[in-house]
Amino acid sequence: MKREAISALRARRLFLRKIGLAGAAVATGVVPKVAAKSESAPARKSFPTPGYDWTKHRWAFGVDATKCIGCLRCVEACKRENGVPLTAHHFNTWVERYVYLEGEDKPRIDSQQDPVNIAASGSEGEYRFADRYAGAKVEKAFFVPKLCNQCEHPPCVQVCPVGATYKGADGVVLIDQNYCIGCRYCVQACPYGARWFNEEKGVSQKCYWCYHRITKGLQPACVEACPVGARIFGDRNDPQSPISLFIRNNRVQALKPETGNEPHVYYVGIDKAVL
Amino acid sequence: MEPLIHYAPYTGWVYPNETVIEWSIAIVVYPYITGLVAGAFTVSSLYQVFGFQRLKPVAHLALLTSLCFMLFVPLPLLLHLGHPERALENLLTPHWTSAMAMFGYFASFYIVLLMVETWFAFRPHIVEQAQKRSGLLGTAYRLLTLGSYDLSEAALRHDRKWIFWLAIAGIPGAHGLHGYVGFVFGSLKSREWWSSDLMPVVFLFSAIISGVALLIVLYVVSCWLRRIAIDLACLKGLAYTVWAFIMVALVLEGLEFANIVYKGREGVEMIIAYVNGPLLIPYFVLQFGIGAILPLLWLSYMIWRGTTGKALITGVTLSACLVLLSVFMMRWNVVIGGQEISKTGRGLLDYQMQVFGREGLLVAALLLLAPLATLFGLTRFFPPWEDKAA
Repeated sequence: MKREAISALRARRLFLRKIGLAGAAVATGVVPKVAAKSESAPARKSFPTPGYDWTKHRWAFGVDATKCIGCLRCVEACKRENGVPLTAHHFNTWVERYVYLEGEDKPRIDSQQDPVNIAASGSEGEYRFADRYAGAKVEKAFFVPKLCNQCEHPPCVQVCPVGATYKGADGVVLIDQNYCIGCRYCVQACPYGARWFNEEKGVSQKCYWCYHRITKGLQPACVEACPVGARIFGDRNDPQSPISLFIRNNRVQALKPETGNEPHVYYVGIDKAVL
Repeated sequence: MEPLIHYAPYTGWVYPNETVIEWSIAIVVYPYITGLVAGAFTVSSLYQVFGFQRLKPVAHLALLTSLCFMLFVPLPLLLHLGHPERALENLLTPHWTSAMAMFGYFASFYIVLLMVETWFAFRPHIVEQAQKRSGLLGTAYRLLTLGSYDLSEAALRHDRKWIFWLAIAGIPGAHGLHGYVGFVFGSLKSREWWSSDLMPVVFLFSAIISGVALLIVLYVVSCWLRRIAIDLACLKGLAYTVWAFIMVALVLEGLEFANIVYKGREGVEMIIAYVNGPLLIPYFVLQFGIGAILPLLWLSYMIWRGTTGKALITGVTLSACLVLLSVFMMRWNVVIGGQEISKTGRGLLDYQMQVFGREGLLVAALLLLAPLATLFGLTRFFPPWEDKAA
């Protein structure tokens, strides 16, 4: 009986030692891979703009809804610049139209996924607002461009199970498309509906302020395309940048402040109905 | 050729990106299965830990049921992921702030615990079969003995101690495995229908009633198939358990809904319109009405009248079937319902369930039937029936 107990103990110890070695082997295999991921994106050899230091910038975006004319050139420019699927259901950025008709308290709201608007452009890759209020008595109407708010406390980053989406030091919330497992938890978590799932690639995507352009000193495609200057972009570290002036010279607000996300897209001229 | 993407038609105002409903019926089935795992394990632990002697006839069946459903738990998730080959990242490089990152740990811990506890519970049978059988089956049993043929009183006492402590450790394990799903939904700010402190608790208590209800059905069906008499004391024990937990589940679900309506936050009008409209039948009629209140009343009546015999068996089994339906509807109403209510609080979408495809109705049905088929097969190798139990 005792001999069996001793041999059982010895067998158990040997077994545990084997497990321990196997575990150590796995860990040494995994840790270098993990350590590589904690390097900042611009420090990696694969980063396209060498010499970009993301700690030196504090990007921000402004939207002047009093200027937007709803031409939707920004939506088209973004899709072409960033390879967003040309459907009416996947948008990095989109524009919402708010129309208050006479005698109505609540606005009629529509955007690019509306079948009537899709019919107006005739294609899911080109965008127009249909002329649906031609005969109506419109009291107030305006357009509101929307995009990812690159929140200070992004709920999408918080919920990502593998850390594929992360906040850069320069303020942009990025997604590592080689790491995303495509669970779509981030899509659920975003209160603004800014994120979407790319079925072809199997990963989640969103507006990233044309990171590949801004790190080279260019403007995001939508800002570049806007004919009326409704979109403003810049570095808050530079007090003379367009965004710094925009924030200083206007009363600005953010969307859904009660969520505590602290968006970095600042709106001027929106209305109580805009969520 | 099925289109890759299925858009949800909508009314009112929704964000453009919302027109693709991301979490499908596969994501309804996933918490349903983990709930059955947790609930079945609770039945087993009621006997192993809390000494509910009445439940002895179903204790080992409950353990096997939990194991069979657990084997299929990762499947709906893997079928849903855009990159299932990267799924292990969840376990190896988790992002600790994410509730979903907990899945890998709870699942790994719990499946190992279940396998070990099942081994201890069935060890006498394994040893007996290893000594008796020959050929491939005999080799399989001999491998499963892990080298130990000791069935002495001291060894069996040792086994029982292990089972006891594993059953205790398994309770937070199983409940964590299912409860974190409630937190996945309840912790989000983006949807009023999901955002609730009560969500994990609601999920857990409805999981328990689903597990107990499943065991009722499985026990009655297995007795019928084996042509043996149903132990009425055991059935009554299960009936009392499900009766008690239905009340708790109803209170919690009622509280959650009452809170949403009472607080009247932005978007509440849409929620009220929704539950009175598209969700009227799934929510009030199926989940609450015939799925929970009806079995509760029926069970109460049988308890009050001291019903026994065939009437008891019929009543309890039908009540259990209704409870199983109710809990499925609860998962549906949370997952699909939450996505049908727009984040704008001003629009409603209409989930287009696919029949074929990776996340379609057929796959969902298979995911629910496969564990039952597995259980049927497994009971041949590990008979959980009382006469063979440890």
